[in-house]
Amino acid sequence: MSTQASRAAARLMISPSVILLFLWMAVPLGMTLWFSFQRYNLLMPGQTGFVGFQNYEYFLTDPAFFTALWNTLFLVGGVLLITIIGGMLLALLLDQAIFGQGIVRVLVIAPFFVMPTVSALVWKNFFFNPVNGIFAYIAHFFGFPAYDFLAQAPLLSITLIVAWQWLPFATLILLTALQSLDSEQLEAAEMDGASIWSRFIYIMVPHLSRAATVVILIQTIFLLSTFAEILVTTNGGPGIASTTLTYLVYVQSLLQFDVGGGAAGGIVAVILANIVAIFLMRMIGKNLET
Amino acid sequence: MARKTSNRRKLVMTILAWSVGFVIFFPILWTIILSFKTEGDAIKTPLQVLTSHWTFESYTLVQERSNYFRHFMNSVVISFGSVILALIIGIPSAWAMAFVPGKRTKDVLMWMLSTKMMPAVGVLVPIYLMFRDWGLLDTRTGLIIVLCLMNLPIVIWMLYTYFKEIPSEILEAARMDGAGLRSEILYVLTPMAIPGIASTLLLNVILSWNEAFWTLNLTAAKAAPLTAFIAAYSSPEGLFYAKLSAASTLAIAPILILGWFSQKQLVRGLTFGAVK
Amino acid sequence: MGQIELKGVTKRFGDVEVIPPLDLHIGEGEFVVFVGPSGCGKSTLLRLIAGLEDVSGGHIEIDGQDATDLPPAKRSLAMVFQSYALYPHMSVRKNIAFPLKMAKADQATIDAKIENAARILNLTDYLHRRPGQLSGGQRQRVAIGRAIVREPAAFLFDEPLSNLDAALRVNMRLEISELHQKLKTTMVYVTHDQVEAMTMADKIVVLHAGVIEQVGSPLELYRSPRNKFVAGFIGSPKMNFVEGPEAAKHNAHTIGIRPEHINVSATEGAWKGTVGVSEHLGSDTFLHVDTEFGLINVRGDGEIDLHSGDSVWLSPDLSQLHKFDAAGLAI
Repeated sequence: MSTQASRAAARLMISPSVILLFLWMAVPLGMTLWFSFQRYNLLMPGQTGFVGFQNYEYFLTDPAFFTALWNTLFLVGGVLLITIIGGMLLALLLDQAIFGQGIVRVLVIAPFFVMPTVSALVWKNFFFNPVNGIFAYIAHFFGFPAYDFLAQAPLLSITLIVAWQWLPFATLILLTALQSLDSEQLEAAEMDGASIWSRFIYIMVPHLSRAATVVILIQTIFLLSTFAEILVTTNGGPGIASTTLTYLVYVQSLLQFDVGGGAAGGIVAVILANIVAIFLMRMIGKNLET
Repeated sequence: MARKTSNRRKLVMTILAWSVGFVIFFPILWTIILSFKTEGDAIKTPLQVLTSHWTFESYTLVQERSNYFRHFMNSVVISFGSVILALIIGIPSAWAMAFVPGKRTKDVLMWMLSTKMMPAVGVLVPIYLMFRDWGLLDTRTGLIIVLCLMNLPIVIWMLYTYFKEIPSEILEAARMDGAGLRSEILYVLTPMAIPGIASTLLLNVILSWNEAFWTLNLTAAKAAPLTAFIAAYSSPEGLFYAKLSAASTLAIAPILILGWFSQKQLVRGLTFGAVK
Repeated sequence: MGQIELKGVTKRFGDVEVIPPLDLHIGEGEFVVFVGPSGCGKSTLLRLIAGLEDVSGGHIEIDGQDATDLPPAKRSLAMVFQSYALYPHMSVRKNIAFPLKMAKADQATIDAKIENAARILNLTDYLHRRPGQLSGGQRQRVAIGRAIVREPAAFLFDEPLSNLDAALRVNMRLEISELHQKLKTTMVYVTHDQVEAMTMADKIVVLHAGVIEQVGSPLELYRSPRNKFVAGFIGSPKMNFVEGPEAAKHNAHTIGIRPEHINVSATEGAWKGTVGVSEHLGSDTFLHVDTEFGLINVRGDGEIDLHSGDSVWLSPDLSQLHKFDAAGLAI
């Protein structure tokens, strides 16, 4: 169906979303870029003006930036590691013949649908709390002193919370990929004399690698903007021990009202995210062709 | 594949899988259990918690003290509103791209997706300032607009992958059968597209319902949805475990149920059709 | 009713001209088959007639009316698609009723026409089912039913049998031929299968790279192909071609001889060879013979007791010899 009339109509139907998305992307991003070169603090309304790269200089030389960058990498890397390995094992387990497979699936998937503020508070209070938390009870039961997770290992604790939320996603996608594996391929490999282990390494892993890449890239996009979990558990603390890049920009712009500095941080975050995004776009682009 | 599996192996696997499933689900289960306890009982040791008596009082307290229902309605209006708005804008676009693909269709789709890659903090400042100047801070309208634009790329992509599966021969057949554009959309396309549209709606409502960057930063009290309402429990005074549990259970229950229905679409939708 | 006239019809996709200017007359009540290898433009040509693609140049007339710019629905044509293109959310009855509903026919007419079509196509018991619950052949019949009820000026078939298994294909071929005899409506049928073309057509149009190679009745094409392409495409097994000195003996660049026009003998003949593969069907025997001119296919009636490795002599029936010049045109 490629008549002239339908082409014109198609262009008309696509334009609203293209225009809206363009405005949504270009206008605020342009403003952020503009602010990032300005001295602009809401607490000091009189002092505005062009400051060149000063905001960037400030932001990038601030020791907090490096801590935040490291924390971001730790959080993203940690969650990816846990979810990919855990997800792969869970997917293999759920793919087995078991009784009540549907119900187990439902149980495993549930955390993904829990809103970030709820899961953060549930973990913070019911599990990590050094007085009333379940982990504290378990420690006492075995005669150990209670461990104050959020005070002593804040970043690791947040990583665990976020990993719990994303493990179902990884599991579900890897399981779907596993189930789409042609069983004749496995049977052929079996006929060719491949052991269970060889079948896993040579048939299943290559088949799952595409799905795993998708998981890594999509989770990265979402994980880079982890916010609520930090806000309600540690507020980025103690000190800046659990402050990520996203959280640092939030503190700078909405708590310290330093619009210029926050904007510079925002631009830095956009650049870093784009480096990740380029890989993702390439991959999805390839899948689009098949 | 009708492979033989020994019953013993199946039993071992079943026990293993159920145990892992239970551990993963446990935080949610525990929250639900605590929500049916009094504040005094909720902070006892786990064993005492289980044996203490059950009550609904936390649920009534949550509603009375913090007007849970208003926040619930905010969540409903904001999540459904934003997704329906995105569908209204997105359906014609996805339809056009799926059925009248041009040379640049693929580029347009990729570009749309790229807007999703932009981290929210990158535009937090200007959006915040604009909303302040336009009086959109802490309003449902403001959040509907932001979440609509946030989800629009996913909405268009999901619809596109679903529409793409409708064979174009069927639409041509309808045209040969004398259907005009209106009848074609009304009698042929819409009935075939409804399952895809429904899945798109479902998944995006879930995403909007749980969205916790813009909802926390752009609302204070009046328009605060459940994400922000729950966040208010992070600095509590006095005994609050049972009430937090009751509020949390109420906040996640509807979406948990919706989510279980949309498992399959979840994979397709969030991987933009790359994994089916 | 049912004459289609193509005048200088051209189709370009971007800079690529898939159909150079082309003229064709399809007469009333004719069963015309477009045949050619895949990518020859036969489906595109059908879609141009249907109006599903815009022509890049030229005119299409249906029953003397210029239909070049008419939308598909206004051309009073009905089409049966390769994938059947049934509406999956509608019952068989609703599928068949759809074109009538679009034409705003009244309920009594719709019911009567559906009953009639269902009877002709043996679908009466399946009217309440969804397409998903039908077999391939039944779906095909529903697609035809949907076309019949419109009482179109002409039916267009786009490789309608290619999704069916071999046995069913033979059945449906017969059914479509019978339908044509019953309805006497013009039919334009696209296929890549020359057997379908030979068995069903009143008139075959052989297409190659968007160009009409030859138009004619099945036997005309079989007996006097205009060029090497048509000679090789029509007939099964394929015609054998021999070039060089042997062809020069007959004053031609290339000579062609059909496998069924070669006599086989174990003792004497024109060309000597060795049997490679032999296929014994009982009714026929196919021999693949290695000769000094290359591989020659031979078809013999009944059983011929020759097997792999045997020496044979082949004698072409000179009255059935086809001669071609260097450009591949028949002499």
